[in-house]
Amino acid sequence: MLAKRIIPCLDVRDGKVTKGIRFLENVDVGDPVAMAHYYYEQGADEIVFYDITASNERRGIMLEVVRAVAREIFIPFSVGGGLRTLDDMRAVLLAGAEKVSIDSGAVRNPAIISEGARAFGSQAVVLSMQVKMTGARPGLASGYEVVIDGGRFFTGRDAIEWAHEGERLGAGELVINSIDRDGTKLGYDLEITRRISESVSIPVVASGGAGTPEHLRTAFTRGAADAAIVASIVHYGEFPIPDIKRYLRNAGIEVREALAPQRLAP
Amino acid sequence: MIAIVDYRAGNLASVKRALEHLGHLSEITDRAERIRSAERVILPGVGAAGATMENLRALGLDEVLKRDVAAAGKPFLGICIGIQVLLDRSEEDDAGCLGIIKGRVVRYPRSVDGRPLKVPQIGWNRVHQARPHPIFAGVPDNTHFYFVNSYYPVPGDRDAVIATSDYGVEFCAAIARGNVIATQFHLEKSGAAGLRMLDNFCRLNS
Repeated sequence: MLAKRIIPCLDVRDGKVTKGIRFLENVDVGDPVAMAHYYYEQGADEIVFYDITASNERRGIMLEVVRAVAREIFIPFSVGGGLRTLDDMRAVLLAGAEKVSIDSGAVRNPAIISEGARAFGSQAVVLSMQVKMTGARPGLASGYEVVIDGGRFFTGRDAIEWAHEGERLGAGELVINSIDRDGTKLGYDLEITRRISESVSIPVVASGGAGTPEHLRTAFTRGAADAAIVASIVHYGEFPIPDIKRYLRNAGIEVREALAPQRLAP
Repeated sequence: MIAIVDYRAGNLASVKRALEHLGHLSEITDRAERIRSAERVILPGVGAAGATMENLRALGLDEVLKRDVAAAGKPFLGICIGIQVLLDRSEEDDAGCLGIIKGRVVRYPRSVDGRPLKVPQIGWNRVHQARPHPIFAGVPDNTHFYFVNSYYPVPGDRDAVIATSDYGVEFCAAIARGNVIATQFHLEKSGAAGLRMLDNFCRLNS
């Protein structure tokens, strides 16, 4: 049985982590490489970087970050944000990321999913979708709508229908990011996470709203998620990853116990 | 020097980075003479069995791996697709493989007890050490390792199985026979435990 994964998310703009991370004493908190290394040592099962750099000219900086991260951490990590073409994806994978995460770019051009899966394998292509509850109506049976461009643009697409389409096109994993819950610390949207997870045969990652370890527990049980993305719950030191994992383990959820190098016998 | 066999697959550089981190010199190469003169050889990779075998044959490396590495007693480590091509045959692409280890490679079942099984397996799974082996030195039994696979090896000789894992079915997660060692899981992506096993391989007596 696979362990449920905990995946810290770092937003990176112009090569710097944007959210302030206050609890770290000896780490340059704006440095994505140092942050990734910190979470790696804390027992993160994977890390995701979202490049929110506005200008295309500065995207090369993100590739430098990816190369540096790949030399420092030896767990999978994915990179998303602004990836539109096969060449964008290839550049990130060659720089050392395990997976690419595509979001708005896939809504505009769904063929990028199948092209990416063919070129790099499904395991390398994550379809990330931002969803918002806008109410059931004809053509939107689930009541959950796919939104893009950071929630500014409503696509009219049903989230469950888009999840199925993404799987059919070859995505290896789905991230369900609830715009309603993002930043609220009220917990993940269990309803849409569960409905998608139970109707696809690829892993589903819950995202948006984690405020307590209990929220991760319910994402894995009632939400049927395979993994959960965490941001402010870990970034501000309220719940370090080892504490979250201990909580989950005590609640009977299979999580990975990361071995610190010094804990390995000589 | 450790030769990382270049057969045009992804994921070669991540093994090289992990070895660099551990302080071991390595070279990604498709040249037979470099592989022959290497102290150790690693065949890593993400890919399909058919394409992997086609590329190895096109580069003339299938015979090099069989004759000059496996049969010559050189320490060899296969990772992921690098374990699967060691066997006689794979269900994936119905590919004929290297035949260094007797047996075949099969796909995970589509469902277990009437419930669909998510394939590929992507994530961290516990690895049970079925028999002691120096590659596991310092790594506790049932440690989690990172897997990405749809197929798994079924060696004819059960004694070759040094580790098992469970994904709907119990499956062979690592093989060892003499100088040939291979894991289905990604040592280069499995954190400190994976690095430790890579380091153990680099220190095995040749």
